[in-house]
Amino acid sequence: MFGYPAEALVAVVAVVAIALYAIFGGADFGGGVWDVLASGPRRPQQQEIIGHAIGPVWETNHVWLIFMIVLLFTCFPPAFSALSIGLYVPLTFVLVGIILRGAAYAFRSQANRQSALGQACGHVFGIASIVAPFFFGTCVGGLTVGRFAWTSPFALAVGLLAVALCAQLAAVFLTCEVRGPVRQDFRTRGMIVTVVLAFLGAVALAVAKTTVPAAFAALTQARSLPGIGTAMVLGFVVLGCLWFRRYNFARFAVAAEAIAILVGWYASQAPYLIPGELTYAQAAAPPETLRAFLVLAAGGSVLLIPSLWLLFRVFKSEPLEYPG
Amino acid sequence: MGTSLAFHYIFAAIGVGFPMLLVIVEGLWLRTKDPNYYRLARTWSRVLLLLFAIGAVSGTTLSFELGLLWPEFMRRAGAVIGVPFSAEGFAFFIEAVFVGIYLYGWDRLSPRAHWLCSFPLALSGALSAAFVTAVNAWMNTPAGFRDVHGKAVDIDPLAAIFNKAMPTEVIHTTLSAYVFAGFATATVYALTLLREPANRNAAAGLRVAMLVGAVAIPLQLIVGDVSARFDAHEEPIKLAAMEGQFKTEAPAALTVGGIPDARTRETKYAIRIPYLLSILAFENPNAPVRGLDAFPAADEPNPLPVHLCFDTMVGAGSALLLLGGWWAFATRAGKRAPTGLLARALVAGGGLAFVAMEAGWMVTEEGRQPWIAVGFLRTQDAVTTAPALDVAFYGFTLLYLFLATTLAWLLLRIRTDESLSPPAGAAVPSH
Repeated sequence: MFGYPAEALVAVVAVVAIALYAIFGGADFGGGVWDVLASGPRRPQQQEIIGHAIGPVWETNHVWLIFMIVLLFTCFPPAFSALSIGLYVPLTFVLVGIILRGAAYAFRSQANRQSALGQACGHVFGIASIVAPFFFGTCVGGLTVGRFAWTSPFALAVGLLAVALCAQLAAVFLTCEVRGPVRQDFRTRGMIVTVVLAFLGAVALAVAKTTVPAAFAALTQARSLPGIGTAMVLGFVVLGCLWFRRYNFARFAVAAEAIAILVGWYASQAPYLIPGELTYAQAAAPPETLRAFLVLAAGGSVLLIPSLWLLFRVFKSEPLEYPG
Repeated sequence: MGTSLAFHYIFAAIGVGFPMLLVIVEGLWLRTKDPNYYRLARTWSRVLLLLFAIGAVSGTTLSFELGLLWPEFMRRAGAVIGVPFSAEGFAFFIEAVFVGIYLYGWDRLSPRAHWLCSFPLALSGALSAAFVTAVNAWMNTPAGFRDVHGKAVDIDPLAAIFNKAMPTEVIHTTLSAYVFAGFATATVYALTLLREPANRNAAAGLRVAMLVGAVAIPLQLIVGDVSARFDAHEEPIKLAAMEGQFKTEAPAALTVGGIPDARTRETKYAIRIPYLLSILAFENPNAPVRGLDAFPAADEPNPLPVHLCFDTMVGAGSALLLLGGWWAFATRAGKRAPTGLLARALVAGGGLAFVAMEAGWMVTEEGRQPWIAVGFLRTQDAVTTAPALDVAFYGFTLLYLFLATTLAWLLLRIRTDESLSPPAGAAVPSH
């Protein structure tokens, strides 16, 4: 199709979907992290803003995940099968996290927040928001190490990195949701977590270098460096934007940073979907299926993109004036 | 997986059926300016928020479980049925977007724009149900590929979507969602009316719910009949199991009730109506109907659950038809609030619809055994080899039970806010 192998085009669609899930789903998880970590005199206001920001978009944020899974089993069925078996345990944790988190969020929105149920839901929502991205991270780390070693030190380091990335995305996005002192709270949190993220990134690379040299070599090879390097630079940009209170700019920088991390990782893995075992070309479904999927994706996007535009237009155009 | 599916089905049905109620009730508000309709729409929004959230997470679980529990099925069939799944993904995506806009947009959109957003919501809900049911239909009548030594080649995704069982099954499943949403909502308001006969809000809620339920149920029985005749031609072994028919007969009697015993090869304690099965299946009182004995024993589903569930579904469906007819007649299609015995009977409607829906689903699943995709892959060959499966199974079952209990408790506490009034000065269009 257009002179490219169909699986390459599908892989591009997959990167886009993963990136969008990382940004929107990640920010969503991060919202839960800040819900747990809400503190100081404006604790209730912080939690309220988080709920307000997530409310209209949280279903949509998580459909990216369903989309990714469907893409994987449609276009790369053997990879889906192998990943499901190899990462059975961490994926089950992810799943329980997603179920509890979604349920707790919905329940809390209808229960009295001060009631026992409301409080319990708040805790569950927060903890599950940490559990899910952590185990997602270990899956990614396990894939990088090979043989689905999701309990290896590097994989655990990536798990922590994933939680920090979610928290960073959320903190920066939240500065665009509200004005006043609550915005300052999230600005401070955004700067702190950016530093933490940089530290955890360095730790992950150091762990890779000592425990899995092959993975370290893959991550620092010439074609991975543009992504990883851009991510590091963008991390500083985010920090600078927050410092100078350029919130809107910070929002785009942090999204670009998340994309750069993913692209760097993706490039380090190519052409393998499961390192050492299965390449994209080997895992690809027959070309008839890939073509049908691409046609469907194009047609579906024609309906989806305007819908998403409308959603964000209605709910995300103006920050809330909040007395704090 | 079965637990997850049965659980998900309830919420999926609500996700499909409930938006239709919202389209109608908000439309009625805009048309009549009766604040009762506005309050209902707001209340139902809150209900939808809870149910859709649980439906979405249980749906996410299912998409994972396809791989976690059925890796072999997905490896071999993924390329064939992935396209309808992907289409479902897009439809659900759009539904999720409009759920967000609809549920949170009450104060951000003009009343008319808000109402218009309920249409894509209802439409994408129905479409996503249609695509996912197309996959299930494919499992009953696989199409769109050639089976070469257990590997699917020459894949034609369109032919896979538009397989033989797809049209009837899609319509039957989508209608079940409307039947369930209608009658279940009617149950809630019938209960309120029994306590407070003068409650105008409950009367309005019951009217809208029953309009949907009473229109959907006769259509559903017609489609059900078509789909049983489809089975007679295309899935005769499933029909034999549904009817508890062991021996091939001409003319064949219809077996109502009874307990099929796969060892003694007979259905005991049943009422048998001569000629009726031949007539229903082939429109000919003397047509032969094949029994289970006409098929290889290795391909035989267990007739006990299939027959019992089938009779339960038909029984509950017929009761709902009578109930819908009674309501339409006694209240002149909703012009009066139901009282007395009818109100009491309507309380049972939701339970009956639930039973009919889940039993119907059991019929299609159990009736397909021992295959996961008929003629292509057997269930035992498709299931995962991962360890500790039972731990995960009990864990998820407990989790779902816990969620369902909390959800029920919260739903019961949702009350219509009587002080809620329509937005003042809103641009209410006059007709």
